[in-house]
Amino acid sequence: MTHDLSFWTLQTLNALQLSMLLFLLSIGLTVIFGLMHFVNLAHGALYALGAYIAASVAATAGFWVAIVVAPIGVALVGVVLYGGLIQRMRKSGPMAQVLVTFGLIFALLDLTRIFWGDLALAMATPPALSGQVDLLGVSYPAYRLFIIALGAAILAALALALSRTQVGAMIRAGVDNDAMAACLGINVERLFFVVFCVGCALAGLAGAVAAPLLSVTPGMGLQILIPTLIVIVIGGLGSLKGAIAGSLIYGFVQTFGAVLAPQLASVLIYALLAAVLVIKPVGLFPAKG
Amino acid sequence: MLDLNAVSSGYGETQVLHGLSLRAEQGRVLAILGRNGAGKSTTLKTIMGLLPTRDGAIRFDGRAMPTRPFDVVKSGIAYVPETRDIFPSLTVRENLEIAAARFGSKGADWTLDRVVDLFPRLGERMKNGGAELSGGEQQMLAIARGLLMNPRLLILDEPTEGLAPIIVKLIHDKLMDLKRAGLSMVLVEQNFGFATSLADDVVVVSKGQVVWTGSPAAIRADEDVQHRWLGV
Repeated sequence: MTHDLSFWTLQTLNALQLSMLLFLLSIGLTVIFGLMHFVNLAHGALYALGAYIAASVAATAGFWVAIVVAPIGVALVGVVLYGGLIQRMRKSGPMAQVLVTFGLIFALLDLTRIFWGDLALAMATPPALSGQVDLLGVSYPAYRLFIIALGAAILAALALALSRTQVGAMIRAGVDNDAMAACLGINVERLFFVVFCVGCALAGLAGAVAAPLLSVTPGMGLQILIPTLIVIVIGGLGSLKGAIAGSLIYGFVQTFGAVLAPQLASVLIYALLAAVLVIKPVGLFPAKG
Repeated sequence: MLDLNAVSSGYGETQVLHGLSLRAEQGRVLAILGRNGAGKSTTLKTIMGLLPTRDGAIRFDGRAMPTRPFDVVKSGIAYVPETRDIFPSLTVRENLEIAAARFGSKGADWTLDRVVDLFPRLGERMKNGGAELSGGEQQMLAIARGLLMNPRLLILDEPTEGLAPIIVKLIHDKLMDLKRAGLSMVLVEQNFGFATSLADDVVVVSKGQVVWTGSPAAIRADEDVQHRWLGV
């Protein structure tokens, strides 16, 4: 099968689709960490929340409304979390932050259980994207192509915003040196709040677009957390480039590992993670050189 | 203009300033001299709100100084840190633009064009990354960035540290121009000649307190003070 070109095309597309999903999750988390050294382990739970909101909304209002409402809803939850918890935790050090946001995972998990129950929800792909598309000699689900395109579009938009706009320059300055950024009159706290909300919205969006591919369960947030953290550590903290590289590496190693060396697949990514940590402990493209 | 009254401050468990008092006057340059570890940089960081004031009071233009750096600079103070703190991920232009963003209103004194007139070297390096600059260029950029905030008081921490003599002379001449134009400055400096030629007033700091106050001429003439507090 490995001599067949369509096999490689198919797996490449699968890898890209997984990569884009991980990119949507990791970019928010990594910039939040880079900007404020804040570890938000509940990021995965926000992804699950996005999937639940999307599945519920889609059942009545349809897919397209759902993938708009879910990010907004998750961003609003982010606003509440920020005001109620995270703002107060800003100066309390990484250990306390990890513990609190770790606890938050379970609180959000149980909240989704209370609202939506323990049974898995299903979300249908929209009719326009439910077919197959012939691409480079393979027939590929249109919906997965949509995820790749959406991820690429958001990646491009974020890259432009970060590199070309004044707010983007302020975010990069804040990641480089938040104290000096404040000394230039940049309201780093407000910048962090905005980045946090955008990160939450992107996590919600990732959950929403992933929902039709998987069954929506309370545990999906925990399942995605480890891959997201691996992406960030491999890519290097705080940078867009790191999130892109980490997501692609994870997506390709995971996808091709699973088909080429199934017995090694579950170990492969951890071996890679260990190798990166040994050779370049700060990750491949850390924001701070 | 700037008044520190019995200010105590430090890092974590370590107290560095022990009731330090000093005053910087409008339109004048105050040099803060002292040995390594005397508390000079700590004084500046405390003024900027980068370190909390544990005791005592800081007033600027008669009003209590805000506690957050973000608010301190809004009240009209610009800070050029010892480490220059150029943002490596930003180009020279971006480094300048984010400083000008909040303070470079129309009709403001300092514009991008004017700081490039002051330091033409920066004009040639506009597209370069902040990490690609030499020490001298970084210092020029740090000062230019401070000026773009159109401050009423410019605070400089060891602007000549690690620079070649020719660059030190250039920085000296530029700061002299700024002084003649009436800009108030507070300067921490190890280079005794540089500091006393630029300053109107001098304070000497030791163990977190001011131990001597006077004019540049007086300290140049007083070898005892130099020997005792500066180790010159």
